[in-house]
This record gives sequence, C-alpha cells and structure tokens, in this order.
Amino acid sequence: MSIITTTDLHKVYSETKIPVRALNGISILINEAEFTAIVGPSGSGKTTLLNMLGGLDTPTSGEVHINGTNITGLPSRRLIDFRLHNIGFVFQSFNLIPVLTARENVEFILQLQGVGKNERQKRAIELLEAVGLPDKIDNRPGDLSGGQQQRVSVARALASKPRFILADEPTANLDSKSTAELLDIMMKMNDQYKTTFIFSTHDSRVMERARRIITIEDGKVANDEMKS
Amino acid sequence: MIWFVAWRNVWRNKLRSLVVILAVALGLFGTLFMIALSNGMVEQKIDASINNEISHIQIHQPEFMQDQSLAFSLDSANQLEAEISAVPGIKTVCSRIKAMAMASTAVTGAGVMVNGIDPEKEKTVTEIYKFIIEGDYFESAGKSAPILISKKLATKLKAKIGSKIVITIQHTSGELVYGLFRVSGIYKTANTVYDEPNIFVKKTDLIALTGYDSSKASEIAILLDNVEQTDPVTDKLKTRYPALSVLPWKELEPILLALGSMIDQMSYFLLIIILFAMAFGIINTMMMAVLERTRELGMLMAVGMNKRKVFLMIMLETIFLALVGTFFGILISAVTIHYTGLYGINFAAWAEGYESWGFSAFVYPSLYLGFYIGMTVLVIITAIISSIYPAKKALRFNPAAAIREDA
Repeated sequence: MSIITTTDLHKVYSETKIPVRALNGISILINEAEFTAIVGPSGSGKTTLLNMLGGLDTPTSGEVHINGTNITGLPSRRLIDFRLHNIGFVFQSFNLIPVLTARENVEFILQLQGVGKNERQKRAIELLEAVGLPDKIDNRPGDLSGGQQQRVSVARALASKPRFILADEPTANLDSKSTAELLDIMMKMNDQYKTTFIFSTHDSRVMERARRIITIEDGKVANDEMKS
Repeated sequence: MIWFVAWRNVWRNKLRSLVVILAVALGLFGTLFMIALSNGMVEQKIDASINNEISHIQIHQPEFMQDQSLAFSLDSANQLEAEISAVPGIKTVCSRIKAMAMASTAVTGAGVMVNGIDPEKEKTVTEIYKFIIEGDYFESAGKSAPILISKKLATKLKAKIGSKIVITIQHTSGELVYGLFRVSGIYKTANTVYDEPNIFVKKTDLIALTGYDSSKASEIAILLDNVEQTDPVTDKLKTRYPALSVLPWKELEPILLALGSMIDQMSYFLLIIILFAMAFGIINTMMMAVLERTRELGMLMAVGMNKRKVFLMIMLETIFLALVGTFFGILISAVTIHYTGLYGINFAAWAEGYESWGFSAFVYPSLYLGFYIGMTVLVIITAIISSIYPAKKALRFNPAAAIREDA
C-alpha cells in the first residue's frame, strides 16, 4: 500500500540572481514498510526532495500526498501537527536537545503529542532499550558518542509511532562500526514495526543495505531500483 | 515539560545567564535601595515634622496663620483642650502661646518665634526635650526665666548656657516690652530651618511678660494615635468647631506631601530607566541564546513543536532568567534595607547640607512589602515584553534551513 505519492514536483529557488531548479518534475511512489535510499551527487536535489516529503518545504508546483492527505495544501499550523503525528525525523547532526537526557529527548516528542507521563516514560525506555542504549537512558547527549546520539535520534523518531521516518544523511558523521550498528537497528525497526524508512545519502554502506534506491540527478529521478 | 526544558535552557550557558542574573539583581538592588533611601528620608522628615514641630493637627483662630500675634487667640483654651482630648483617635493635646519677637544678646539679635509652653505637657506632644544637647529642659531653677534656644540660634547670637537673652515682644496693650531670659538649654533637631527661629519659654513667664490672658492660647497641638487618623479626626474637629481653623499636618506643611510626591515621581523615573536597561540586556542575551540555537529550534519545529510552544519556551526562559535575578535582587535589597533600616546610615559628611533642608543625616531606609511585590511584577512584565522580539525571531526560522545551519 502506497504511503507517499509525489506528483510532478518542481522546486525553483528564486532568491538568488539566477533561479536554481532544485527539483524538476519528480513523481515517485513509496510503499509502506519500504527501506529506501535516495541517492545522488551533491546538489542533485536529495535534501530538497526529503524536505518536501517531510513537509518542511513547499514545492513550486506539484503535490505530495501522504497517506491520502495532500500536505502541500495544508496550512502551516496543521502541517506542524501533521508532522508531529505522521513523520519521524533523523538528522545528519543528530540534533538532540543537549539539556535533556536520552530518555527526556525521546519523551519530548510524546509530550508534544500529549501522551501522559507514565506512558511517555515507559515508551521512551522501551525504545532506548530497543536501540541498544539501556544503560544510557539518563545520559545527556554530550556524554554519548556520535553513534549513540544517532541511536537516540532513531528512538526519538520512532517514539511518535510515525507513518514513516525521514533520515537526512544519518550516517554522515558516523564511523563504520556505528554506521553498521545504526543500520542494523533501523532495519530491525523496519522489520519489527513495519515503519517506512527513507534516507537521503551518498554513503555506500547505506546503499548496500537499502532495499530500494532512487537516484536523483539534476532534480529528476535518474533511476529507481528495487532490490530483490 | 516545556517549563522544564526552558528552565534547563537557562543554565545551558551558565556564565552568560549569571551575568544577566547579576545585572538584573544589581539593577534591582540599586533601584530598590535608592527608593528605600529616599522613602526613609521622606518618612523621617514627615515623622520629625509631626513629632517635633507641627503635630498631626493644629487649631487656631483663622487669622492666626496670616498674623502670628497674640491678638488672635483661642478662648477658654483649657476647656477646649479637655473637649478635644475626649475625641476618639486623639492621643494627647497641648496648648501654646506663640508670638513673633526679637531675641538679643550683647552681641547681636535675631527675629524669633517665641513658644510659650507648659514643659511637661509639651513633652506629651513634641519631642524637643529629646534634642537637648547642652543644659536641660526647664529643669534647673534660676533667678531669671529659663529659655530654650537652638544650637543654630545660639551660634548666631553667640550665646551659651547661662547667657542672658533679652526678648522684645509686643504686650497685649500694644506696647513693646522687654524680658530677660537666661539660656537653660540648647537643642538641635535635624531641621536647622525649624531650629533657627523657634525658642521655648515657660507659658507662665510669657504671660507675665506680655499680660496675655492665661485662659487663652495661640494654638492647640494634637497628636493622634496614628497618622492614618489625620483626615477623619480633622473632619470631625472641623464639624465640631466650624469657626476655628483646624489644619492637618498636610496643610500646615504642604511641602511634606509635595516632597513625598516628588520622591515618588523620581523613583518611578529611575525605575523606568532601570527597567529599560534591564529589557535591553535581556533582549541581547535572549537573542544570542536564540541565534546560537538556530539548528535546535529548527529541529523542534520540524519534529512538530508548534509556534505557540516555541514562543512559550523562549518566553519562559526569559521569565526564568529575570525571576532568578529578581529573587536575588530582592533578597539582597530586603536584607540590606532591613539592616540599614534598623541601624541607619550616617551621612555625617553631608550633615550640614541635609539638615539645612530639614532632613536628618542619619537615614533609615524603608520600603513597604507592596513595593517588592510591585517590583517583581514589573520585572516579570519587562521580561515578557523583552522576550517577544527574540521569540518572534525564533518563529521566523525556516525549519528546513535552520536544521542545516552550522552549529
């Protein structure tokens, strides 16, 4: 069942003297429980596409439908609420709240969703255990390695039980061991919770593990390969 | 949890937050202490004027205030005193004979206001007896009639204890008469403006000199149980004695009230300046706090934190920062004002200047509880207003761009 559909997405940045065409007519369809990598050279439009899928940016033309909802037409307030309940984010630089512990970082999303304290704590601990950080629950991000921080990010992204998780170059700041561990965890979550993962990456280690690879070049889909 | 995160965010950059907290605390302390000092000075001035000079209420013949002569007297003063004493709220009452005169020594002379008093009764209304610095308060017996003069007048007349002073005054018959007095005491209050002209003699001696009717008096001075009763008791006495002039201290010394208002206005002006300075300090700090967290705020908005919550978080951070500063500012102020209010501050080096304006050089700062509460509320309002610009700045972040900002 398709979870994301984009129709003829165009994005032109007109702020500069010469307008930049970041997306040039992208139409893709992503199904539930996919483990998809969006790849391409720098400046190809990967991040722009990811931002469109996450409702963080609006296309110049075209539409993004998530689970039947056209998010391009949603007003800002509803879009924020939509993101909170439907999309999980994992960022390249982890972007955890440094003043909160690992558990509190995971709980924060649940608190925004209005989940009660006991349930929040229970779910945060479960998820941190699931990503292999049972002993780091009360550590702040500054006390964690890059790999551990990214695992907390994954736990945070999963906390809100999103329809899919968007990960923008999640392994860019990780060493090989941490990358492997992170990918193992994400694949486990993909299998266990049937959560859809979409990455933007040019990390070959991620591409090797992805089940589908969409290659973007010059703002267009150059290749869309489904691995068996 | 937003409150919790906001509180933790305050301590993210401890040094910067402590600098702002210190600035708020010191700004507040400076303002509160200055206001307490001014307030204390004015309160002391009012208390001193009431207790040493004018009492809470005075009663005269209406013409007396324009022409302070023996011609305008209250009849049956003793009976009047007795009637007034029975009015609820009145603590003590005493009558005086007052007249302008000339005091002369062998060296020089000066215009004075002679106060003919009953020394023991006067003690119950004014506290001049507490300010005797040389000699005594009509206690020693001598051949000549005793006179109490101020230090200021003594210096001017080059008089000392035992010096002879001739008082030239108008007799009730209209003739000028001369009376010999001997200085028995020298007093000094904090108000040299009051001290200089006022001399005190026994009522009986003044009656003997001027031929004044002993059943009369120039004024009746009234001391109340507390200052708050001034208006109701004044109204009551005005109703009871419509033909007489019943004046509360505010009308006897309108400058006291004006002084209070002037100090209030200056305090508010000072307060506004300090709050403005505080606001800019807070805005500057919060702008730094917001701009250095661009990526984090972008992330929060990306993952679903709505604008209202982002705004609330920044506002709470600002309020917490200001509140911690306010707490310490008020704590330091309260302790200092309480301590100095008990033991006073001696501005001895400027005593002459203070006293020439009628203020004591020994100041007891004072501030009522309501001012601390009002100040806290004002700081919170300032913090809320100060947080608007940084918070709005945060709301303008584009999450997609903010997330990719360099840390």
